[in-house]
Amino acid sequence: MGRVARNPIALAVFAILLLILVGSTFAIVPETKQAVIVRFGEPQRILNRYLPNDRFGGEGAGLAVRLPFLEQIVWIDRRILSVDLERQQVLSTEQYRLQVDAFARYRIVDPLRMYISARSEERVSDQLRPILGSALRNELGRRPFAALLSPERGQMMENIENALNRVARQYGAEIVDVRIKRADLPEGTPLDSAYQRMRTARQQEARSIQAQGLKQAQIIRAEADAEAAATYARAFNQDPEFYDFYRAMQSYEASFISEGRQGRSNILLSPQNEYLRQFRGRGPGPGR
Amino acid sequence: MALFFRRSRSYKGSMFSKFRWGRRFGALFNENRGPWGGGGSSGGSSGGGSGGGGDGGGSGGEGGGGGPRNPWGQPPRPRKPGRGGGGNVSSIDEFLKKSRDRFGGRFPQDGRPYWLYGLIAFLLLWVLFTSVHRIGPQERGVVTVFGRYSSTMGPGIGFSWPSPIGGVQKIDVENIRETKVPTGGDTENLILTGDQNVIDLAYSVRWNISDPALFIFQMAETEDTIREVAESAMRSVVARMTLDEAIGAGRSDIEARVEQAMQQLLNDYRAGVAIQGIAVSQSAPPEAVNQAFLEVSAAQQQAQSYINDARAYALQLTARAQGESAAFEKVYAEYRAAPEVTRRRMYYETMERILSRVDSTIIEAPGVTPYLALPELQRRQQQGQQGQQGQQAQPAAPPQQQQGGR
Repeated sequence: MGRVARNPIALAVFAILLLILVGSTFAIVPETKQAVIVRFGEPQRILNRYLPNDRFGGEGAGLAVRLPFLEQIVWIDRRILSVDLERQQVLSTEQYRLQVDAFARYRIVDPLRMYISARSEERVSDQLRPILGSALRNELGRRPFAALLSPERGQMMENIENALNRVARQYGAEIVDVRIKRADLPEGTPLDSAYQRMRTARQQEARSIQAQGLKQAQIIRAEADAEAAATYARAFNQDPEFYDFYRAMQSYEASFISEGRQGRSNILLSPQNEYLRQFRGRGPGPGR
Repeated sequence: MALFFRRSRSYKGSMFSKFRWGRRFGALFNENRGPWGGGGSSGGSSGGGSGGGGDGGGSGGEGGGGGPRNPWGQPPRPRKPGRGGGGNVSSIDEFLKKSRDRFGGRFPQDGRPYWLYGLIAFLLLWVLFTSVHRIGPQERGVVTVFGRYSSTMGPGIGFSWPSPIGGVQKIDVENIRETKVPTGGDTENLILTGDQNVIDLAYSVRWNISDPALFIFQMAETEDTIREVAESAMRSVVARMTLDEAIGAGRSDIEARVEQAMQQLLNDYRAGVAIQGIAVSQSAPPEAVNQAFLEVSAAQQQAQSYINDARAYALQLTARAQGESAAFEKVYAEYRAAPEVTRRRMYYETMERILSRVDSTIIEAPGVTPYLALPELQRRQQQGQQGQQGQQAQPAAPPQQQQGGR
């Protein structure tokens, strides 16, 4: 012992060897990983496997022991992972085109199967992506365009999820959720024609608003006319005969002399005219 | 080693760059012996393997020591300690010797080498720094022991096992984060509404972490997930609304429903995230059809102006009717007092005003009208019409009518 302590080099080498041994015997399994212990390529056991409804801080994660140098650990994510589908063009039953972005969330629930069939999470995603695309196209292709926008979407998503789940299970994965992120009209003609429709709808609205305005304006005018007529009638009806005279006087004045047209009227009067009665010398007087 | 390196490199780079890089590194190995030192073949090959992928910093150093020498390198020389893993036996020896000379007086030569003290001090510091944690008031610390979740630390000073055993991850839970959709800012985020119209919608999601442990352990890309869930929820909510609701009165409704839908989904994922709110910053028709929407508001203005005009007309007309009726009633009151006189007076006064201001007054005998030369009339511009008016005005004088017995 004394010799070893006095020889720090040997001590250091010994310490390093010990560290390597410890490091390859013990492994820390974090909460976010599942571990498959593989002995010469043959999977031996699974650590920290995901089970539904388990809580963090349970038995799974923690210190793991393996045979040094003989067993290797394959780490597999324990968290919810995602597959993003790039834009897909989907045809509805009426041959409407739609650009759809979708995503699926999954979790690897069977690390062993996943390790055997896919080896890494990326490959699971790669395998699931085309399946998600085709499931989406199948499901959406069976429905009218309007259904895509309706609450019926929930049922549709469930169907896609089921279809995807069948495949995912082969890779030891379980689909948590499938969602359509975006469903857009594709650029170009479909979008333009939608815009055109919106535009014409707005123009129609604009015109109907104008027409409504005109209608209301007309009603207001007519009501005013009626009210004015009523007012006149109430006043003039007291003596229609006097009104006739009174109004005639006003009318003559308005017709024959109006500002700016002075001297343009010519009036020819017959000598029998009532106005000239006195002019003729005492003609027959008015009745009374 | 250099050969290996060159070969792996040639898959990627062009011939030219391969050549340059290869030569440069070859030179490096020859002269400086680089981080690989004068390592043996075992260290050399592993170093070269990792070096091919990048800079490979010194992983070959571990294997340094025995074995046949690198054929490109020079014989190993004593190196200064400091860089490079296990280093060289002779260099450490030298270093120790020198240091021993330097500290010779301080440490008694009692078999307890000075480096033990250094190690102990280092370990103490290590334990101190990795097991005492200051958690800020807005933070929580997620404590793990050998990777297993053990507890969540509240604000204050917390203790855990030192580093390789225990670990604490600090998470800011109070900070309200904001996720904006769309990210870019100038791009339109077009969304289909229930009536198959398209609107441009920009919004942000405010969220914070409600459960730090779930937040860390449950999901791989939590922030991306929040964005995607937001988009998905927003679209499904807007898809149930009409265009007018979505760009108009329905905004707060949208915000509330999206918040609810998102929270529901994230709870299903057990993401440990609390949605604090959705803020719709823009909800407008797309740029391409904006003009048509402006036309609608222009039409509304115009309709309003039609109505205003009509109201003005109505007021005017009513007031005039009332005024004229009032005037008539006043005159009528006077007329009733003395009908005959008033009537004649009004008649004469009116005729007077008219006849004094019209151009000519001719008194004719019956039957001469056709032969009458009216040169003035020829001068008149609006001769025909006014002449007719004049003629028509001639015969019917109200007093005659009255004479007729009314």
